[in-house]
Order: sequence, then C-alpha cells, then structure tokens
Amino acid sequence: MIAELGAFALVLALVLSAAQSALSFSARWKHDAALRGAGEGAALAAFAAVAIAFASLMTAFVTSDFSVANVANNSHTDKPLLYKVAAVWGSHEGSMLLWDLALTGFGAAVVLAGRRLPPGLKALTVGVQGLLGLVFIAYTAFASNPFVRLAHPPVEGASLNPILQDPFLAIHPPFLYSGYVGFSVVFSLCVAVLIEGRVDTAFARWVRPWALAAWSLLTIGITLGSFWAYYELGWGGWWFWDPVENASFMPWLVGAALLHSSIVTEKRGALAGWTVFLGLAAFSFSMLGAFLVRSGILTSVHAFAVDPKRGAILLGILALAAGSALSLFAWRAPLLKAGGLFAPISREGALVINNLFLATAALTVMAGTLYPLIYQAATGQPLSVGAPWFNLTFAPLMTAVLILLPAGTLLSWKRADARGAVERLWAAGLLALATGIGVFALQNAKGAFAAIGIALGVWLIAGAVTELAVRIRLFRVPLKEVVNRLTGLPRGAFGMTLAHIGVGVFVLGACVETGWRVEAAQALKLGDQVQVGAYSLSLTDVTQAEGPNYSAERATVRIKGPQGDSVLYPERRFYPANRQTVSQVAIETHGPSDLYVVFGERREGTDPSWLIRAYWNPWARMIFGGPLLMALGGLVSLSDRRLRMAAGAKARAAAAGARA
Amino acid sequence: MRRVASALVMITCALWLTAGAAGDPADRLADPAREARARDLFREVRCLVCQNESIDDSEAELASDLRRIVRQQVAAGRTDAEVRSFLVARYGKFVLLKPPFDAGTALLWLTPFGVVAGAGLLLWRRRGGGGTDPAVPLSAEEEARLRQLET
Repeated sequence: MIAELGAFALVLALVLSAAQSALSFSARWKHDAALRGAGEGAALAAFAAVAIAFASLMTAFVTSDFSVANVANNSHTDKPLLYKVAAVWGSHEGSMLLWDLALTGFGAAVVLAGRRLPPGLKALTVGVQGLLGLVFIAYTAFASNPFVRLAHPPVEGASLNPILQDPFLAIHPPFLYSGYVGFSVVFSLCVAVLIEGRVDTAFARWVRPWALAAWSLLTIGITLGSFWAYYELGWGGWWFWDPVENASFMPWLVGAALLHSSIVTEKRGALAGWTVFLGLAAFSFSMLGAFLVRSGILTSVHAFAVDPKRGAILLGILALAAGSALSLFAWRAPLLKAGGLFAPISREGALVINNLFLATAALTVMAGTLYPLIYQAATGQPLSVGAPWFNLTFAPLMTAVLILLPAGTLLSWKRADARGAVERLWAAGLLALATGIGVFALQNAKGAFAAIGIALGVWLIAGAVTELAVRIRLFRVPLKEVVNRLTGLPRGAFGMTLAHIGVGVFVLGACVETGWRVEAAQALKLGDQVQVGAYSLSLTDVTQAEGPNYSAERATVRIKGPQGDSVLYPERRFYPANRQTVSQVAIETHGPSDLYVVFGERREGTDPSWLIRAYWNPWARMIFGGPLLMALGGLVSLSDRRLRMAAGAKARAAAAGARA
Repeated sequence: MRRVASALVMITCALWLTAGAAGDPADRLADPAREARARDLFREVRCLVCQNESIDDSEAELASDLRRIVRQQVAAGRTDAEVRSFLVARYGKFVLLKPPFDAGTALLWLTPFGVVAGAGLLLWRRRGGGGTDPAVPLSAEEEARLRQLET
C-alpha cells in the first residue's frame, strides 16, 4: 500500500508542478495576485507531495518491503538502520527522487523566503522552477520510478554495495544534491530576469544568498565524498580527477565564480550579464553532472547506479533546459545594461581576473572530462585524460589566481592603488617567502614543488589575516577602537576571511600530504614489524569478529611511536549478502596528520602472513578541514545577508510607522 | 544475464578497490632511484581493465602485470619516454593517463591556456572603457571650474 501511496504522490507532484508553472506564468502575464498566490500554493503542495513520496520510499526501505523492486535490489533485512535509510538514495531511482525533493524544496523555499522579490519576478522564478520540477519529476515517474512492484517478491533483498555502507557516504548525497539543485533557484531567477529584460543591483542581492547556500552545501558534499574516498577506497587518495568527481567540481567552480561576480553586480552594478550567464551555467553544470554520473558514459571509480539508456533521456533534459536558457540569454542579454565603470586595477578588476581563472578552470575540467568522448567519436580510438594532465593544466591556473587573491581583497572599488595594497602585504609576503625558502632548504629531494605549495598556503592565510587587520586598523588605532571596528564588521567580512583562510589551509594540507607522505607495504607474520615514518607497527593478532551484516578478520596492530604506544584494529569485512570483501581502514589521528593502516589479504604458506600497508599522511586532515572552513565562510556570509534583510524590513516598518 | 555480468564486474572491482596500492613489496627494484622512477611511471599508466585507476592505485591482476613490465623496462635501463612508447605500441594511447601532445590532442592541451590568454587579451582590450578612466585629463574649462570651486 505504501508504495502505491508514494507512486500516487509522485504523479500528484507532477501535476502540481505543471500547475505551479502555468499559474505562475499567467500570473505574470495578467499581473494577477490571486493567480500568483495559487502558483505559490501549488509550489508548496508539490514539495509536500514529493516529500510524501520520499517518506513512502523510506518507509518501504526501513520495513524491508521487498515487493518493491528498488528495495529488493538495494536493501537487506540484516542491514543496520542507517544504511536502510541511506539506501533510499543509493540507487538511480532513489537518487532521482532525492533530486526531485531538493528541487521542489528549493521551489518552496523561494516562495517562503522570497517575500521581498518584486511580484512579477517572483512569479516568473516560481514558474521556471515549476518547469524544472515538471521535467525532472516526469523523468522520475516515467523512466526511473522507484515504486515499481515485483510480481514475485524475493524473501531477501540483494543489499547495498558494502563500500557504500559507511556513515559519511550515507550522508553525503543529501548535501551534494542540495548543492547541485540549490543552483536551480539561481537558474530560475536568472531566466526570470532575462524574460523581464531588466537587471538591477537588487537582482544580485537575491541571487547571492541562494548561490551562497548552494555552493556551501556543495562544498560540504564534495568534502564528505572526498573524505569517504580517502578512508574507504583504501589507499589514502582523496582526489582522483575522476569523471564523477569532476562532475561535482564543475558546478562548484562556476558557483565560486558566480559568488564573486555577483558581489560586483550587487555593489557596483557591473558585470550583470556575466553574472546571469554564470547563474545559468552553474545549474547547467549540475545537470551535466547528473547526466555524467548516472549514464555511466565515462568510466569512473565511483560509478554505482548507472544506466546508459536513461542517460540519453537525462542528456535530452540537459540539452532542453540549458539550451533554451542559453538561447534566451543570447536573445535577451543585450537588453541588460552595463553598470558602473571601473579601472583595470580595482576590486572589480581583481574579481574579473578571479572569474576569468575560475571559469577557465571549470572549462579545463570539462575539457579533460569530455575530451575522451569527443576523441573516441572522431577517431574511433579510446583516449585517457587522467590526473597527470589535470595536474599540468588545472594546477598552474589555480596557482596563478591564488597568488593574486590576497592582493585582490585589499584593492578598493572603482580605482585602486596597487602599490598601497602591495605595501600592506609585505609582512604576509615575507612570511610566505621565508617559509618557502626554509622548507626548500630543509626538505629531502622531493623537489621545489612542495615548497612552492607551502609558501602559497602561508601567503593565502597570512593575506586573509592581513586583510582583516587592515579593516580593523590593527596597531594603527587604539585597541578600543580596534575592538569596536571588529564587532562592527559585517558577517560577510568574516565569511570572506574564513573562506580564504580555508583555501590556504587546503593548499597547505594538499601540498604537505603529497610531498611528505610515507608509505610501507609488507607481508607480516604474527609478531613481525614494519616501520612507517616515526612509527613502528607490529602485527600481534588476527581474530574473527562478527558485525551486523558481515563477518570480519580483524588484525591487532600495535604501534610504537614518539607519542607512546597504541593499538589499531584494521579489518577485512566479508558481506555474505553481496559476496564482497571490503577493507576497513584503521586511522589514528595525530593532530592534523593521520597514521593509516590497511589490512590486506592472507598469504598462505607454512606460516600464514598478511599484507599490511601503512601510510603516514601528514596534515591530511587539513585537506578536508580547509573546504569545511570555506563552506563555513559561505554560511557565515549567508547569515549576514539574512540579518541585513531583516534589518531592512525593520527599518521600512519603522519608516511606515513614522509616516502613519 | 546482464545483471549477473554487471554484478560480477562490481564484485571484482570492489575486491580491487579494497586492496589498494603499489603491489607486492617483493617485486620492488633493488635500486631506490630506479624504483622511484618506476613508481612515478605507475602514476601515468592506466589500469586498462579498471574503472579509472592508475596501475599505482589498482590491485587488479593486469595492473600488477603492467607494473612488472614497467619495472623490467626501467631495470633494463630504458628511459621514461622509451617505456611510454613501448606501452603505447602494445596497448595503444589509452594506456597513458597523460595523453601525448599530438595533432589529435593539441586542442585538449591548448584549451586551458588558450582560453585564459584569449579571454585575458579581450578583457585587456576592453579595459577602462571611458568615464572614470583616470588617464583622461580635465579639460581647460573643467580646470577653471575646479579652481573656482577651490577658492
């Protein structure tokens, strides 16, 4: 019964989305408040309907209703509750339903949070959002329905791929999808603006919070996914330039460009057309990502729920949505008037450079991801474009823009004094150079690369701190005024500082981990030892352990290190439902660094031995901490905006009160 | 049948994924410099049967065969370029994760820097655009008016 309820709610959501769209567009056409209200009501109802469908599917998973094909294929009664819930979005069908939930959820959020949008623009935005909902819910209902029943339900389900049975992986899709789909609001708003043919600075003020929210969520989602790959795939890698990773990275880069260009549009009224273009591009890249991930057109380490036939439909949706939006842009963009003028050396100029590089970086990732397809279509030969190519192209582009970053934040609007900015940064620059040279002098033969990376990381962090110090006039005015200035700063300023420090933290972590990683692999008999970095590991015992839905071989690895002794228990887990063996890495954190131990297969012989791999990953946690700081910065900025909106409303209310 | 086949692929892949990098320690070359060179080459060579991994990361049987071949080549004193062309002759260009620069991949290699240079040049041409351009001096009339205001 519950599956039928879900299927019914899904079709209902489809109808409601169509109504949302039709009502909202005609509301704009006729300037009719009642129609507009009806459209908004339909948007809320569509979200409620998808939420009911989603809850139904979740109930089917939690109760292990194997008469539903999707549950039978992806769940198992033995699975812990968390993974029964997570299996809802572990399959193609379920993940599309999650996508729909986010899409209608953001539609409802626009209705509720966008009270201050001009009515016509809001109606158009809700209408476009409804069209997106219509297309994706139709896809889910007709091509990817998760509620299909089985005529002969199995007694037991096929369970979820065990490497997906992990808490981080379980929670990362909701973040990732909220991020992907969050850009749909920006997309709808930009389409609405193009239809209206008018962009003002207020438009940027509405775009920015949505872009911030989507980008921050996407950052969290990517980071969790990367962290999962780091400890679950079992060799300590955290980024592989894999198509699935690139699929999430492209909208992230475009989103980052959008965040920065919308500042220029908001503060100075310039770059309006470009901001609208990025707004359309961000969600187009999200859809491209969904297509790449779900179609399996590119081979990937992360491809889990893949179906080429449905991929073609997703490609059609992408072509339809992105194609029509970009055509609209080509037609209407000339109407958007150019805003404030600025000299090349100015805050605007710096942000244009930022956008130039971030957009090129996104294009680079796209080229590297899609080129093998184009090449094969043209020549019939397969081609690989892997990590070495990305390291040679993407990394220099990013290095260039990161070197310029601290200077850009110190330039003033319209026309800036480059020399003044450089003078303020001398301490940060000196610190970065000294660190870089010091590292270069002290390190082993790993090359200059890591030293440059560390200098860059220090430069970014010191630059961000300098910018904050300049703002609060630290050491220039009495302490009391410094404190006043600090508490008086808008939250957006702290958001920016946090995010830029996050970039520096990430760069430091990535470079130190890459440059100073130590690894050891050895087949150990009981009692044997292996040395990795400053730690000596000995395999003292191997026992059997039973988990809820697996049985494990558990190694006892005793560690002697500079900070004393400890014990780690890496495992090899066998999941009988899937007949798969998965390694459970054991990690001991030492500050930001990780001691990472993998328990490998058993070697038969007169004396059995086991392959033990151990890695010392210095500062590895900063690779994940940096992006989390960036996301936190985004959220802090977001809270600033909301505060200011509320303050504006209060001021208006006070003014209205004064008039009365 | 397809489902069974894809399940088998998943299982084998998962098995490889779990095992991790670098292969059997017993295969290592005695000379650390040569071993390091071999390791660097591993990162550039694709494990042809895996989803998307270098032979440095993969534990598939083919990856360990390829590692052995690369180590043999390095031990025989071949240069990196010779090892790469040996692999390409055997397995095709697909085996290299860093595609060689040639007519077919020029577009790929030139896109990132071409776009930055091209768009940068375009922006440089369009810089300023009048109005607030600081380089435009005041006209004589404006100078006179300014002096008038100052006094």
